[in-house]
Amino acid sequence: MTDPVLLAEFAPTTAEPIAPARRRRRLPSARRWLSPVALVLLWQGASAIGWLPPSKLSSPWTILGTARSLIADGELGDAFVVSLRRVAIGFAIGLVIGVALGGIAGLSKWGDALVDPPVQMLRTLPFLGLIPLFILWFGIGETPKIALVALGVAFPLYVNVHAGIRDTDAGLLDAARVLGFTRWQRLRHVVLPSAASHTLVGLRLGIATAWLSLIVGEQINATSGLGYLIDNARDFLRTDIVLVGLVVYALLGLTTDAGVRLLERWVLRWRNP
Amino acid sequence: MTTTAKVAIVEVRGLGRTFGTRQVLAGLDLTVAPGEFVALLGRSGSGKSTLLRVLAGLDRDVTGRYAVRGTVSVAFQQPRLLPWRRVWRNVVLGLRTDDPRATAERALAEVRLADRADSWPNTLSGGEAQRVSLARALVRAPDLLLLDEPFASLDALTRLAMHRLVGQLWQAHRPAVLLVTHDVDEALGLADRVLVLENGRIVAEHVPPPTRPRAAADLVGLRAHVLSDLGVNDRANP
Repeated sequence: MTDPVLLAEFAPTTAEPIAPARRRRRLPSARRWLSPVALVLLWQGASAIGWLPPSKLSSPWTILGTARSLIADGELGDAFVVSLRRVAIGFAIGLVIGVALGGIAGLSKWGDALVDPPVQMLRTLPFLGLIPLFILWFGIGETPKIALVALGVAFPLYVNVHAGIRDTDAGLLDAARVLGFTRWQRLRHVVLPSAASHTLVGLRLGIATAWLSLIVGEQINATSGLGYLIDNARDFLRTDIVLVGLVVYALLGLTTDAGVRLLERWVLRWRNP
Repeated sequence: MTTTAKVAIVEVRGLGRTFGTRQVLAGLDLTVAPGEFVALLGRSGSGKSTLLRVLAGLDRDVTGRYAVRGTVSVAFQQPRLLPWRRVWRNVVLGLRTDDPRATAERALAEVRLADRADSWPNTLSGGEAQRVSLARALVRAPDLLLLDEPFASLDALTRLAMHRLVGQLWQAHRPAVLLVTHDVDEALGLADRVLVLENGRIVAEHVPPPTRPRAAADLVGLRAHVLSDLGVNDRANP
């Protein structure tokens, strides 16, 4: 006679209504899929009856087919590898620069006095506006693209590493000093773990900026990579290929962000054990 | 009590410390003998914590002379555990020992927390965290143990249990203890000597009966004395 949903509502702490409670929790998330799916169906319908010409926007079904053939003939895979390589190298360089400068400025007063002002000044420059200069300096090969990614990564990391080190609890440092920690032990067991959460925030921002820099960099003068694939498709009005490229960008961004979040959960596991 | 034959652990003569224009310590004299338990009472701002920071070596910007002979350990008002290191690592970090894990476990057993060795500090209650902090201080076998209001933020029941624990640990290890507190009963219950700090110098010294544990009834007269030293008068403010 009792309605399981009602039961779950009135006795959420007892053991019995666990199953209904779980079903109720899953229901809203299924509900949230309704409108996206409807939009895609609408899109497909509009394409089918000719409201959306393929030269403006290809239908979802076409895009799916294009993705399959691009994967099959290896074109997407090749472009993917080239773009991933640019981001990986640029990210690595930006990471080293950002962490090194942030560390120097955070750990020493002189470092802070010398490093922080120029970095803060440069930070106010919209770094994507540097592209013309980068082309003049580095030409149109791989270097300007990698440099752009590195620059986009270095700033958020610098800011967060610097802040993280500066935020170290003075009480913990006092305690460490009294307990006989060496300088190295204070750094390793107090300062660095304390800066870790800030650094991870910088890492996430940095990765997001890295993809953004790559996309912009690849629009300009690429002869390979995802940006080239998209740019080239534009010339032939192939909106299906453009969209496949965009979806791959999005998936790459999501994947790397999820990776950092996994790392975060492990590094900061002491927070919510 | 100050005239022991043994060399004093702490010797302070005419210690002064100013912050800006405020004189926090003003010509303070203090001697602590080895193994002696001294409680330092004072109102907020009387310079208690400043004195402790000086003795701990955290503040060297002082005038006058002071000497601390031997090793020093501190338990602070807040436990100050490293939240990203497990409990047992917190106990032995910075300590040079062959088998840190076993050393930590022994120290934790003494404060009855052997089963929490692998916990994260965030999962401890306030009293448990403070016991870990005590274990961390004692595992260094200090000649001088500085306690900076270590029980002030604990609830009343936990505080009583901690008093008993500190008394036992002191009798087992016999470090000299300097306990800074504003809890009169805590000072009278635990210490060999109770000093009252005011305006940056010691203004009164009381010696409770040497028996331990002490019954509250035996301390009534002394308690009124100390309270009036601190400017709290029972009869004037009913």
